[in-house]
Amino acid sequence: MAVAKANNNEVRYLNPVAVEVKKKKYCRFKKAGIKYIDYKDPEFLKRFLNEQGKILPRRLTGTSLKFQRRVSQAVKRARHLALLPYVSDLLK
Amino acid sequence: MNHYETVFILTPVLSEPQVKEAVDKFRTLITDNGGKVTNEENWGLKKLAYPIQKKSTAFYAMMEFQAEGALIEKLETDYRRNERVIRFLTFKLDKDAIEYADRRRNNKKSKEE
Repeated sequence: MAVAKANNNEVRYLNPVAVEVKKKKYCRFKKAGIKYIDYKDPEFLKRFLNEQGKILPRRLTGTSLKFQRRVSQAVKRARHLALLPYVSDLLK
Repeated sequence: MNHYETVFILTPVLSEPQVKEAVDKFRTLITDNGGKVTNEENWGLKKLAYPIQKKSTAFYAMMEFQAEGALIEKLETDYRRNERVIRFLTFKLDKDAIEYADRRRNNKKSKEE
């Protein structure tokens, strides 16, 4: 039961609000030293796609701009060659 | 002489010799016009992620070569003219891609030995 005494703006919570600890995102390509993202192996590219086969945004994967462009170019080439689907509902 | 990489997809209705003959046709086209094929891979019959021209499997062939820029135009018109090729992709390799391709070719060779 929130204690309602004292001035009105002070609201007490029973348990502290779970502040979501911010995990420092890093660009896995810079860390691993990978320079070129190969469009020929779809298994590796699938990590950057969500279930529908869409490319994950940088804010989720944390990759740098330079490598995000290379990832998207590789994914688009793989899609052109039917190595990756344009849209897919099944969990790839 | 730029480095290029090309991948083309052949219809699955072909027999094995026909596939080989199609790949040879493009290889000779490149070598005749002063190009040099450095690497060649044949991934064989693979399932497509989505049907192309109502077919769900196809033959994949990849070729890595060095050539003049003008040859690419000729190569691509040949792809379009050939009705066995249902899809193709040709692009120029930048320096990271060249280094990656060399590394890939070397460890493929070491694996074969």
